[in-house]
Amino acid sequence: MGSPIALGYFPIAVAFGALAGQAALTWWEAALMSLLVFAGASQFVGVSMLLAGADAIQIIATTFFLNLRHLIMSLAVNDQMRDFPAAWKNFLSFFITDETFALLTLGNQLQREPRGPAYMAGLMLTAYSGWVSGSALGGLGAEFIPSQVTTAMTMGLYGLFIGLLIPSARKSIGYALIAGVSMLLNWGLGHLMDAGWAIVLATVLAAVLGIPLMGEEL
Amino acid sequence: MNILWIIGGMALVTYIPRLLPALFLDRFQFPGWFRKWLRSIPYAALGALIFPGVLLVDRDQPLLGLAGGLVAAGLSFLNLHITLVMAGSILTVILVQFLL
Repeated sequence: MGSPIALGYFPIAVAFGALAGQAALTWWEAALMSLLVFAGASQFVGVSMLLAGADAIQIIATTFFLNLRHLIMSLAVNDQMRDFPAAWKNFLSFFITDETFALLTLGNQLQREPRGPAYMAGLMLTAYSGWVSGSALGGLGAEFIPSQVTTAMTMGLYGLFIGLLIPSARKSIGYALIAGVSMLLNWGLGHLMDAGWAIVLATVLAAVLGIPLMGEEL
Repeated sequence: MNILWIIGGMALVTYIPRLLPALFLDRFQFPGWFRKWLRSIPYAALGALIFPGVLLVDRDQPLLGLAGGLVAAGLSFLNLHITLVMAGSILTVILVQFLL
């Protein structure tokens, strides 16, 4: 099930590798960043800041705030992993991205069997391998992917988000309301603060609506 | 050498927030309202991830992302499989780019 993500990640990772090359990173440094960080938006921002002459502390601080939203997402994913051994939870938590989180929490309708550690690891590692291999290839410049293709593939990841949200929103007006309010909040807050913070705040606040709206254990 | 320090720092500050819930979530028995809040997170997060980000797929042409988003929503309403929804939105963007 991770393959739609890997497919979406790959060309974007190639673009990342190519940008990293411009910032004077070697192909293996670009791949190493993808291997160790595995957070797309913050890697693009980090490399752009490097190009703009930012120093290490500024880049690391920005990365932290941009990726803080994964703390909230990790709460939801770990809620599903309660029965997993601790080592598995610590390991799998590394691979929580916007996309793997979306598939693991809202992709229920796609997969009926109970989802054990092996299933989650398969999904996450497939996505991860697309990201890391694309970064290495982009850094090598072995293949040039035109920007139109990258734009189209970025759309694919939004298609994934939308395709996961709509079936849930159809099932319950409450879910639709939570998502809609979150969109408006994120849009409004985006004018007041940077995008990373706006997503965190919009998510935390809109989810409060679920307290009166959610049924008991669904 | 400097770049390796940056990569290491980025890796650390990204993994720590991802790891914290794994370490602490099951140490607590949460009240009902917190569990409801937690179960609402996916819907809230997806909403925030989609909008207005989808309009920035092409920064110079917000209509491109809007078109792809509407097609994805439409296909999803028809109960098509997620990979077809993704493919539809990608093809829409390619087609619109070609026409513009």
